[in-house]
Amino acid sequence: MPLSQALQYLLAGLTSGAVYAIVGIGFNVIYSATGIINFAQGEFLMLGGLIAITLQRLLPLPLAVAAATLATGAAGVVLYLVFIAWLKNPAALRMIIITIGLSILVREAALHVWGDQVHALPFFSGDETSSVAVLGARLSPQVFWVMGTSALMVATLGLFFRFTLLGRAMRACAESPTASRLCGIRPSSIVALSFFLAAAMGALAGAAVSPITQTQYDMGSSLAVKGFTCAVLGGLGNSAAAAAAGLVVGVLEASSIAFLPIAYKDVVALTILLAILFLRPEGLFAPRAARRRRRAASAGPAAGVPAR
Amino acid sequence: MTVPPALRHHLPVAVLAALVIAVQLTVSALGVPQYLVQLTMAAWYSLAALGLCLFMGYAGQVSLGHAGFLAIGGYASAAVSTANLLPLAASPIVAALARAGLAARGIDLYGAEVLRLSPWLGPLVGLAAAAAVAVLLGLPSLRLRGHYLAMATLSFGIIVHRVVIGSPALGAADGIPDIPALRIAAGLAVTGRKALRVPNYYLAWLVVALGLELILNLARSRAGRALRAIHGDEDAAAALGVDVGRAKLAAFVTGALYAALAGSMLAHYNGSIGPGEASVMKSVRYVALVAAGGMGSAGGVLAVSTLLTFLSLRGVFGLYDDAVFAAILVAIMLFAPDGLFRALRLPRRRAGPQRAAGRSA
Amino acid sequence: MSDVPRAAAMPAVAPLLEVAGLHHWFGGLHAIDGVSFACRAGAIKAIIGPNGAGKSTLFNLVAGTFPPAAGRVAFAGREVTGFPPHRIASLGIARTFQASRLFPGMSVLENVMAGRYVRGRSGFLAGMLRLPSARGDERDARRRALQMLEHFEMADLAGADARSLPFGRQRIVEIARALVGEPTLLLLDEPACGLNIRETERLGDLIRGIRSRGVTVLIVEHDMSLVMGISDEVVVLDRGTLVVEGTPREVQADPRVVAIYLGEA
Repeated sequence: MPLSQALQYLLAGLTSGAVYAIVGIGFNVIYSATGIINFAQGEFLMLGGLIAITLQRLLPLPLAVAAATLATGAAGVVLYLVFIAWLKNPAALRMIIITIGLSILVREAALHVWGDQVHALPFFSGDETSSVAVLGARLSPQVFWVMGTSALMVATLGLFFRFTLLGRAMRACAESPTASRLCGIRPSSIVALSFFLAAAMGALAGAAVSPITQTQYDMGSSLAVKGFTCAVLGGLGNSAAAAAAGLVVGVLEASSIAFLPIAYKDVVALTILLAILFLRPEGLFAPRAARRRRRAASAGPAAGVPAR
Repeated sequence: MTVPPALRHHLPVAVLAALVIAVQLTVSALGVPQYLVQLTMAAWYSLAALGLCLFMGYAGQVSLGHAGFLAIGGYASAAVSTANLLPLAASPIVAALARAGLAARGIDLYGAEVLRLSPWLGPLVGLAAAAAVAVLLGLPSLRLRGHYLAMATLSFGIIVHRVVIGSPALGAADGIPDIPALRIAAGLAVTGRKALRVPNYYLAWLVVALGLELILNLARSRAGRALRAIHGDEDAAAALGVDVGRAKLAAFVTGALYAALAGSMLAHYNGSIGPGEASVMKSVRYVALVAAGGMGSAGGVLAVSTLLTFLSLRGVFGLYDDAVFAAILVAIMLFAPDGLFRALRLPRRRAGPQRAAGRSA
Repeated sequence: MSDVPRAAAMPAVAPLLEVAGLHHWFGGLHAIDGVSFACRAGAIKAIIGPNGAGKSTLFNLVAGTFPPAAGRVAFAGREVTGFPPHRIASLGIARTFQASRLFPGMSVLENVMAGRYVRGRSGFLAGMLRLPSARGDERDARRRALQMLEHFEMADLAGADARSLPFGRQRIVEIARALVGEPTLLLLDEPACGLNIRETERLGDLIRGIRSRGVTVLIVEHDMSLVMGISDEVVVLDRGTLVVEGTPREVQADPRVVAIYLGEA
């Protein structure tokens, strides 16, 4: 394969990988705050794209995207308040099933509002014919928008968690809800904020990638699974690792075209997920202690397999 | 009125038989024989739901990829019975099959000569394939905790869906059409032909009744009690001698076989099969049906599954079909998860490091 | 007090349970440090020690919850080191749990019937097809479970939801469940936990009754009155090591034991 073509695939992989990373980070933000795996995460990208597409007929594009981001963030909070906030200590499995059901309901609602056609946001700069040359590969400028907004979001989130009072409060809540409550932090507000962040981030990424991949009502579920793959690959709760994992998954998926029929592209991420769940469910970057604890635990009767 | 134990044991199936006959007579009397088509299809789908009920309700596990097994059964049946081996007629394997009577020449719809396998190989291959996949998937998956098992089975289901929708050999997005009838005996075949509507209806419900009986038998047996013990407390079950891994696998494989048989029969009954049968939506549907039916109640699952599937097939839910099942699932999991999963009673766990299995006293 | 002949008075018989050189670590903590002891058939042997001594860990190593990092466990002369719990159970070792773990959603009778699993033969297929072997296992389990419940004077509770019983009753149902499989060795994990004085006394009688049926009992326990009242032999653990082993009287008099318990402020 000529270098420029390989590069093309690589960059395409990095682009989609950036999106997967955002989904994965969205999973982690909510997971860290609540222990919930929110399968509706993928729908936030879909909503961000479709709402922005509708709004940009009335508003200038940047405002439309910003409004869509905020609106989807609000939708995330509403989702939390209506369906999740009042549950007492729900188990992770119950929450996965509930959020899968909710993702289907959101998808069906989107189907009724926007139909089953493919929509697309206008390119943020230039149009579908503009391209930038990078080392022999031709890239749409939108790719830079996607990578740029993703990187900006990751960086901002990192700074937020590290240096702002609110961010530190969220981390405290993740570590110990009880201790946080004693310090005057209201866990439910923190959780609502985490849903807002995850949804807004997803929406922005969904809007940014819309000109390239188009937006359709049912794009959410495969994004959710791939994003979950990134989250698990990096270790649930580890957002930096999820970002890296996103790029890895994206590139692996894109390069699979070299030896796999294109129709099976999705299977790549799914196989990675199965492999991780079977071999290293605590993620590639989990501390040694977690691995040892898993081994000790699986030595118990539940596994029926002696410890390695 | 006290029912003697022997009779009580057979009561559910007897009730089912009575209902099946009553419904058929009613449908005929009301002059809507086309309802029998949806009722027959509902029977096969309910067979699949029963399989999931065994795994999720009795053993207390979760599978979000159950539709994958139905698709494996259906597509295997379809592929085997529509495959034209004429180009390979000279090869030793095909020649041996022909000699054994398992392959025969014939004419297809368009008048061309074909060499077809005996249709019965279809369901057999489907069942064998489903069992093999269930073992391969189950061995590494069943030792995972609840939410990871859910994601693993979900991934499996999506993989099956992507494979069938992306494989030209399996008809890609259009699926496999023109699936021949499955001949059972003289004058009886699994097919959608109008003349055989009533026999097919009774055949489907006979198989479902059998499936129900087997599960009810299991519930009342040593192995069934072991499954319920696993559902209740895996460690305590192991301490009583239950090989938890093997028992879960047995339940998983049995559930997969129920689904694969249903898939095969549906393929022949409908005359076609498409990738929609493997979709995530279908898997979610089966979970919703099992949840709505009361999880550990095979009779309840059968009743709910038949009713909702029939309504869905008749188009009663219209465009909101998927939404209805999703809404039912969400509603049940929000308000009445009790008796569904044991895990739902435990405080929410963080994934990642478990507590170490041993305590230090 | 004990009417089972003392070990010294009997001809040398191979012990029923042998634990040799057991070691186990949890991270950097050396939880079990070279523990060895034996338990002869027909005895009631207790493992005691202050908190953190490693009693539960030792118990779990014998019960097969996890394999030891080093050392051997032998039962009836047979190596069982590292066997998973279900295999341990099939060899005739039954155990209870510290917090009674009865199966929710099943009645008292069904819980006790579950204990008969280890003596059954019929499998999945036989169960589904209701083969004679399955029906036989079912009749056997039901009969034995009812007998056991009658023996413990709980036959009237057979149909009750197991988790709805008061704590002390649940404990007895769990013991019944462990016994219905006719084990050779019964491991009791802090059976007196949460019981009041009267219930503990009745528990003591119950355990003696178990021994008189020929079942060997190994019990981890905090409650000294129970331990000293019923045990033939006592093992004292402290910080993972076996400090003393002997009769209750010997152990109570041993200054090292006194120091261990008094030293724990």
